[in-house]
Amino acid sequence: MQITIIKRAGMVLALAGAAFLTGCASPPKTLYGWDGYQPQVYQHFKGESPDQQIAEMEKSLQTISARGASVPPGFHAHLGMLYSITGKQDQMVTQFEDEKKLFPESAAYMDFLLAKVKKGEKI
Amino acid sequence: MMQRFLKLAACLAPLVLAVGCASNKPAAYDYTAFKAAKPRSILVLPPLNNSPEVNAGNSVYAQVTYPLAEAGYYVLPVGLVGETFKQNGMTVAADIHALPPAKLQEIFGADAGMYITIAKYGATYTVLDSVVVVSVEAKLVDLKTGTVLWTGSASASNNEGGNNGGGGLIGALVAAAVKQIINSTTDQSHPVAGVASVRLLSAGYNNGLLYGPRSDKYGTQ
Repeated sequence: MQITIIKRAGMVLALAGAAFLTGCASPPKTLYGWDGYQPQVYQHFKGESPDQQIAEMEKSLQTISARGASVPPGFHAHLGMLYSITGKQDQMVTQFEDEKKLFPESAAYMDFLLAKVKKGEKI
Repeated sequence: MMQRFLKLAACLAPLVLAVGCASNKPAAYDYTAFKAAKPRSILVLPPLNNSPEVNAGNSVYAQVTYPLAEAGYYVLPVGLVGETFKQNGMTVAADIHALPPAKLQEIFGADAGMYITIAKYGATYTVLDSVVVVSVEAKLVDLKTGTVLWTGSASASNNEGGNNGGGGLIGALVAAAVKQIINSTTDQSHPVAGVASVRLLSAGYNNGLLYGPRSDKYGTQ
């Protein structure tokens, strides 16, 4: 009887230890899927071809949604900008609207840019 | 008696867990203004570059979104923000940093602005070794009031842990020279800048940023 209880106590401690290890050692789950966004922003800053970046980001979108992850802040807006650079205004508008839908915090800035487009100015 | 011990163990286990994970957190930083402002969105301005490496600003700027977004903030799209400044004739980071916060708030609609300064970026050659170091500083400002909500700094290098293998003096010199060549390319510094950015802008560290509203840890600090 005593022995089983001691065994059980040992078990509890072992489980606690396991929980402790898992709690600290496992990489925390990220809020967003990060495929490609920051590397593509860097490519843009370096002046690389927007077509290549668009292809990479469209591929990333598929990877992110296939994994059931969320698209990070700025992703749709950045892709929209690349579409705009390559003259695809309609696709730009769709991406800016997506950014607003996912992140209402972006609304003021997205509306500012959409208003410029309406007036025929560059974003 | 034993039952009691079991119950006690069960109760204490999570406590051990909490202490184990949450330790070394001396609350030295005064977060009063930060907590009162409750920023939801952050406009990161193009970093001010005090290093000789011309690409440092782009390298750091491209890597600020990850830590801030994972901390729970909406981060305005840095590529697009840079483009907006360019369209308005602003291409110098120092000029952009000097703009009135209220004006930035009006255009970008962000609650807070992150002002980053790059103190060091790139390879430093010493007699026996060459090391890539990136050091960055940041200031978070409430764009409505201009109040400083938080300041921080961080560093990273490709030589952490100091794992210098043997091989004698000549071996070390050769290794250092080879490393210098590799380190001279910008992209050797870029991943180091990524580490520095994560250290600077992640939430949950000592005196680091507070978690934002999109994190499930929001309001726990």
